[in-house]
Amino acid sequence: MKRPTSSRAWRAIGVATALSLVVVACGSDETAEPAASSAEPASPAESAAPTESAAPAEPNAEAAPPAGDACGTGATKVGFLYVGSKDDFGYNQAAYEAAVAMGEAAGVEVIHAENVPETIEDAVPVMEDMIAQGATILFPTSYGHFDPAVEIASTHPEVCVVHQGQFESSLDAPLDNLGTYFSSVFEPVYLAGIAAGKATTSNVLGYVYAFPIPQTLENINAFALGAQSANPAAKVIAVATASWCDPGKQAQAAQTLLDQTADVLTQHQDCTKTVIETAEAAGAWSVGYHYDASALAPNGWLTGSEWAWADLYTDIVTTMAAGGFVTSDYNSDYRIGYRDVDAPFVAFAPSPFGAAVDAETQAAIKTAYDSFFADVDGDGVGDFSVFTGPLADRDGTVRIEDGVTPDYAALDGFFSEPWFVAGVEGSVG
Amino acid sequence: MIEAIAIGAIRGGTSVVLAGVGETIAERSGLIYLGCEGSMLVGALTAYAVGIETGNPWLGALAAVCTGAALAMVYGLLVIVRRANQIATGLAITFLGLGATSLFGQSYVSQGVRPFVPWAMPGLSDIPFVGNVLFNHDPLTYLSFVVVPAAWWFLFRSGPGLRMRAVGERPDIVGTMGVAAPSSRWMALALAGGLAGLGGAQLATAFARTWSENMVAGRGFIAVALVIFAAWNPLNIAIGAYLFAGAVAFELQLQARGSDISIFLLDAIPYLTVIAVLTALSRRRRHAAPESLATVFQQDAATFASRQPRSRRATRSAALRPTPTTLNHERTIP
Repeated sequence: MKRPTSSRAWRAIGVATALSLVVVACGSDETAEPAASSAEPASPAESAAPTESAAPAEPNAEAAPPAGDACGTGATKVGFLYVGSKDDFGYNQAAYEAAVAMGEAAGVEVIHAENVPETIEDAVPVMEDMIAQGATILFPTSYGHFDPAVEIASTHPEVCVVHQGQFESSLDAPLDNLGTYFSSVFEPVYLAGIAAGKATTSNVLGYVYAFPIPQTLENINAFALGAQSANPAAKVIAVATASWCDPGKQAQAAQTLLDQTADVLTQHQDCTKTVIETAEAAGAWSVGYHYDASALAPNGWLTGSEWAWADLYTDIVTTMAAGGFVTSDYNSDYRIGYRDVDAPFVAFAPSPFGAAVDAETQAAIKTAYDSFFADVDGDGVGDFSVFTGPLADRDGTVRIEDGVTPDYAALDGFFSEPWFVAGVEGSVG
Repeated sequence: MIEAIAIGAIRGGTSVVLAGVGETIAERSGLIYLGCEGSMLVGALTAYAVGIETGNPWLGALAAVCTGAALAMVYGLLVIVRRANQIATGLAITFLGLGATSLFGQSYVSQGVRPFVPWAMPGLSDIPFVGNVLFNHDPLTYLSFVVVPAAWWFLFRSGPGLRMRAVGERPDIVGTMGVAAPSSRWMALALAGGLAGLGGAQLATAFARTWSENMVAGRGFIAVALVIFAAWNPLNIAIGAYLFAGAVAFELQLQARGSDISIFLLDAIPYLTVIAVLTALSRRRRHAAPESLATVFQQDAATFASRQPRSRRATRSAALRPTPTTLNHERTIP
């Protein structure tokens, strides 16, 4: 009696898993859909993934490819990985739209994979699949995609991998087919801080962020410094949700900040709708991040910071396709910001102003914006920086010494241990 | 600060209350429905999508109840009809819900819904403290205030509730009395899935007002854990869920007030609270667990003294069985 029952049970479970596989398979027509792959802990794709021990340690060490055989030369297909949905009104949507624009500008086919988890087990098979489809350039766009990116780069010397957000210099041995890039989005965040500082009447600005990592800490501090430049009494309360996208927790975090009399809310989250909607419903101002979400807050929208990756993506891809990746800046820690006054493009922009931002505030923001590009001493680097020493944390400890102005690539190092400038309240660390 | 935490407890806890009450009913009938998380996700997406298509959040909530229950029916098909293992099936159902909502929800991520808005109850909302905490919420939260005592009354004071609990304790004995265990369990599952779907609707269209993939973020599993803490009593579920959400609000308040505790530790507070309470209470309350919870139960036609004539299918399957006079009553978890 026992055997038939349990075999029926397993058949039934088989039906259930088959059903979920069908659902997953339906989703992979256009875009890979690995989010649901967690339902299948032992899927064939994963067992096919190369193991770390099988990967040669440094395939490029013995055979540096000649110029004509550099990774990505003559590329016709480019693969993009996103950690979230391409419609998230945030980080992933900005990257997705830029990838589409790059495909048109560079004349290459773009393969997209949404909701790719940040693990070797999940992300490596997705990239292997893209390579099998003919992609020779890969853009893993999430911070946590770095380890899978390194794994792919070391096993596929013919494929160029450029990672968004990390530092190649963090590796023991740099690879000829791996690069990292990012941009100093804290500069438009600083500008948005000016709008927030001018708009607030309670002098309390709320900041919902995910984790205390250098990117978020730079943004929060830049926002506070921008606000204080316009309104010395403004203070920022920062609250972390310990998740890049948990709308329920975001709603509670936003409510907590409103309870603390914050009348401007901003955020560093991957999905941005909840905080903006909560602020709008409470009659508070919104400052956006990642993407222009002004449509969500017709009354309370001030401005925001958004990514404008398209030109950078295009330049990276055309550089690779021409075989020039190894000798380019992209084969290392590439960082771009407003202070790169000679750069032909920027990778981010301030969002449009809401109706509530008056002409005086807009003029103040324009002045600050122009000051990033001003290069009186002619050294090719803008003279104004958000993080110019001396800069102390809120306890008075000097974190950036007098006379020191960290360049973009070095800045993250100053925030490897979390700290907030004076006027930022909330837990740190 | 206390008022803010209490408000946060109600606002954030409502989705867990609804799902937890449903889970209580399912477990009272002997079924551990680990698909709760999946039903919440399906409900959240349905409420959001229907809300957008029709412009009416109430239709969205109604549809969420239906789809949440429909997913539970799939579980019922596997567990009640095919007698599959409840734990494995429940997890598979949750992953099915996650995969399906990720797929079908893609086009709704960027759209906005007309949400349920808070409505201050005239008169009552003016009471100091209590008014703000209890009487200034969205309609689904008020509905949850009614659902909790109603579920208690149903389980402990009504005939169908009594039969449902009996099925969860001793389905063999209930069978001899002419009560069909499966029909009672089907009803319990419909309620469990429907309430989880409603909880998802509250999360998506009243509280967070957004749809994003996997947005339930474990609240369904918290609901399942709370059922044990609540000793399978809907009234205690409400307390447990508000405690959990209150701990989230407390943690965020601590952060906003600049506590120097690591945010990773603070983030663990709600879960630690639930674990601590579970540990403290589970020994004392073990006797409250329905005796036949999670067992694979098979009610044989021969011992099921139905007043209805047996269907052909039931007769045939009984004839095929080698030992038709005994009950197959097999424990799958200790």
